[in-house]
Amino acid sequence: MENKKSLYHFLLRLGDDNLIAGQRMAEWCSRGPILEEDLAMVNVSLDYFGQAESFLEYAAELSANGKDADDLAFGRSEREYFNHLLVEQPNGDFAFSIIKLLFFSAYQRELYLMLTKSSDERIAAIASKAVKESRYHFRHASEWTIRLAKGTDESFRRVQFALNELMPYSENLFESNEVNVELEAAAIAPSMALVKESWILSLKAVMSNAGLNMPKPVHMFRGGINGYHTEHLGHLLCEMQYLHHAHPGAKW
Amino acid sequence: MANTTDQLPLWEVFIQKSNGQPIKHAGSIHASDKEMALQNARDIYTRRNEGRLLWLVPSNAIVATLIDDQEEFFDPADDKAYRHPTFYEVPEGVTNI
Repeated sequence: MENKKSLYHFLLRLGDDNLIAGQRMAEWCSRGPILEEDLAMVNVSLDYFGQAESFLEYAAELSANGKDADDLAFGRSEREYFNHLLVEQPNGDFAFSIIKLLFFSAYQRELYLMLTKSSDERIAAIASKAVKESRYHFRHASEWTIRLAKGTDESFRRVQFALNELMPYSENLFESNEVNVELEAAAIAPSMALVKESWILSLKAVMSNAGLNMPKPVHMFRGGINGYHTEHLGHLLCEMQYLHHAHPGAKW
Repeated sequence: MANTTDQLPLWEVFIQKSNGQPIKHAGSIHASDKEMALQNARDIYTRRNEGRLLWLVPSNAIVATLIDDQEEFFDPADDKAYRHPTFYEVPEGVTNI
C-alpha cells in the first residue's frame, strides 16, 4: 500500500487526540463538582483511552518495527505527537472543560460518522464503535453548556469566557496537510471541509439554544498535526510518561 | 442534621437488564432535572452492562408505607396459608399445566 506512511500518520493523529484528551479528562478524577459528574468525566476519559488504544495498536502494527501501542504512547516526545492543539489545553474551570468537550465531541462525532464509510475496514470498524461514545459525549457537553449559560450570571460569564478562549483552537481541528490529500484520494479519510460544515451546524444549534455568542476570533492557531505544539504538551507528557521512563518495562 | 438545600434533587434509579425483565431498583442519584438524571444514572449505574433501560423517579414522588404501618398492613397475611397455591396436586399424566 503506497499510502502506508500517510495512514500511519493519520492513525497517530486520531490516537494522539484521544490519548491527550483522555489524560486531561482524567485530571478531573476526584475533583468533579458533584459525585455524578466525577463519574461522568472519568467515563469520558476511559472512552478516550479505549479509542486511543484501538488507533495506536493499528499504527504500531503498520510500522512493523516491534513497537506496540504502549511504546507509541510512552516513548514519543512532543515533536512526534500529532494531536490537535485543543486537546492539550489545560482544563481550567468546569465551564472551560465543558466547552473543550463540546468542541472536541462535536468534531469526533462528525469525523467518526464519516469514517464509518472509510475504505479501510479496520478504521471503519473502530469508528462504528467510537461514534456512539462521541454522540454521548456531545449530548453531555451540550446539556451542560445550556445549563451553565442559563444558570447564574457567574456561570454564563465563565462559559462565554471559555468559548472566547477556545474558539481560536477550533479551525485547527479541520487543518489538512499532504496526509489528508493522500488519504482522501484513497477514500480512507473524509474531507475535513465537510467535517467542519457539520461541526459548525451542531455548534450553532447548541449556541442558539443556550443564548451564547459564537465568537469570531481575530487569529486561529495552527499546528499540532505537524508536531509543533503549545508549551502545555511537554508538561503533560512529562507527567504521563514518568512511570514508563522511571521503570522501563514495568509490569503489574 | 445535614443542610439539605445545597444538594440537587434526589432521584431513585431503576434498571431493566433486558427486554421483558422486571425493572429493579438500583440506588439513587442527585440531578437537577430529567435529562441530567438520565445521564447521571447512566454514568453511575450502567458502567458494567447492568442493563439497557433506565427509569428515573424523583424520590419525593415515591409513596411508601411507614414502619408503623407494617403490622396492620402485612401481619394479617401471615397466617392465611389457604391463600397460597400449594394445596393443589397435579393429577398424574397431566403434562402442560
